[in-house]
Amino acid sequence: MPSETMTSPLLQATGIELSYRDRKVLDHISLTLRPGQIMTIIGPNGTGKSSLIRVLLGLLTPQAGRIERRPGLRIGYMPQKLQLDRRMPLTVRGFLQLAKGADFNAIDHWLQRLSIQSLAEQSVHSLSGGEWQRVLLARALLRNPELLVLDEPVQGVDVQGQAELYALIPELRDELGCAVLMISHDLHLVMSATDEVLCLNGHICCSGHPDSVTADPAYLQLFGKDQQPVFAPYVHHHDHDHSCCDHTDTAAGAHKHD
Amino acid sequence: MTDSWWLLPLLAGVLLAMSAGPLGSFVVWKRMAFFGDTLAHGALLGITFGVMTDLDPTLALVAGSLVLAVLLLPLQRTSGLATDTLLGIVSHGTLAVGLVLLSLTGDIRVDLNAYLFGDLLAIDQWHVLWLLLSTTLTLVLLRVFWTDLLAVTVSPELARIEGRPVAALELLLTILLACTVALAMKVVGILLISAMLIIPAATARAFARTPGQMTLLAAASGVLAVLLGVMASFRWDTPAGPSIVVSALLLFLLSLPRRSAAQ
Repeated sequence: MPSETMTSPLLQATGIELSYRDRKVLDHISLTLRPGQIMTIIGPNGTGKSSLIRVLLGLLTPQAGRIERRPGLRIGYMPQKLQLDRRMPLTVRGFLQLAKGADFNAIDHWLQRLSIQSLAEQSVHSLSGGEWQRVLLARALLRNPELLVLDEPVQGVDVQGQAELYALIPELRDELGCAVLMISHDLHLVMSATDEVLCLNGHICCSGHPDSVTADPAYLQLFGKDQQPVFAPYVHHHDHDHSCCDHTDTAAGAHKHD
Repeated sequence: MTDSWWLLPLLAGVLLAMSAGPLGSFVVWKRMAFFGDTLAHGALLGITFGVMTDLDPTLALVAGSLVLAVLLLPLQRTSGLATDTLLGIVSHGTLAVGLVLLSLTGDIRVDLNAYLFGDLLAIDQWHVLWLLLSTTLTLVLLRVFWTDLLAVTVSPELARIEGRPVAALELLLTILLACTVALAMKVVGILLISAMLIIPAATARAFARTPGQMTLLAAASGVLAVLLGVMASFRWDTPAGPSIVVSALLLFLLSLPRRSAAQ
């Protein structure tokens, strides 16, 4: 039997509502994240994915809803974008030393693990998109996180690098024993590495195991049947049934497809 | 008067440069140049209240800057104005109110020129003592909270998630800045304080590979500017504050070739 701390949720959100002025961004979102679980949030641009993550991290205060984090939860966060000001001279190692609790050995370990040890003394302003993403990931890992939060981790990374980075995520989960919460455009690339998918369009359209989600009408409505979702523009198809995705439905968390 | 009458002005300038360089680096990184200017202009209001209440002028000056700095932080978040609009209003508003009130007191002891352009050669040992205290405090606190302050500067968001006290650290930086700006008034004058924050830091950027190097080099180039400026002031009888800033400017211009080579 797993002990209580092994199975009790790391993070639990209930009934999250968030609006910017009149525009409702998050509508009654509920989710539970357990230790070791990999959860992927997908959804077209502007559907509240980043806002949801920022609410869960405590960076944004929702208008309604509850968030319970396990006390003292260590979170490693890889932001979608972090633009560093060129006016500050900074090496990769210098940047990683800013992670709270990071020591020299840990930095070397993660630089090596992510195959970027050669970058250690380079200026952060000279890195390519893919290199910078790995440095950001290293900073998140240096926290020795119980929960790793990745906001579009493959942004600006070439296709080959994307697959490599995604393949790394379940490995890192196993090495650290952490849970992973990530945002992705492309379910197909992350499918094998994901335990649960949340399909977000303001509310939760559907959720569950990747296989069931890709067959879900709501998923197909958002992403289309035979397009590569990563490059798919947001097109609303009206030629299928709306049995799952009822846009007036407020109890969105009810759509489970286990 | 002994023949070491130049010692106090020089000491004051060097002490100021030692804290203005490192703090100025943060000002450059955080794009707070206008904020420093606003504190400087507002400091005149502190002087005015000092004159009206017969408080020690230096104490009134520092207190005025501190109050303004601490009020500006929440105001930036809640006023609904763009930051530069708000700072523009406060900056020039306080300067104007300070000038009007100062003239109303009719106090002939107050030499406005000394505040606007500095009066380094007339500096007394008490002011140097204040500077010594402020600079020591600034350097010690910057050293102690170095990683925290740097983390907050690079990314407040990551710093917050990692559990660093972001608001307290920003307040600390603001308070140190306010003290330095207030005490810089006598050295280079209200109108030139920002120069002492920004120019040495900009010069240092061309040679630094780490943030730590940049702060040290900024302090060093600031000190060099003070030495050159004070010497020039003695030799050609030019006003000390502007001479220091001109020296800092020349050092910056000398760093330009190196800067374009480094980038």
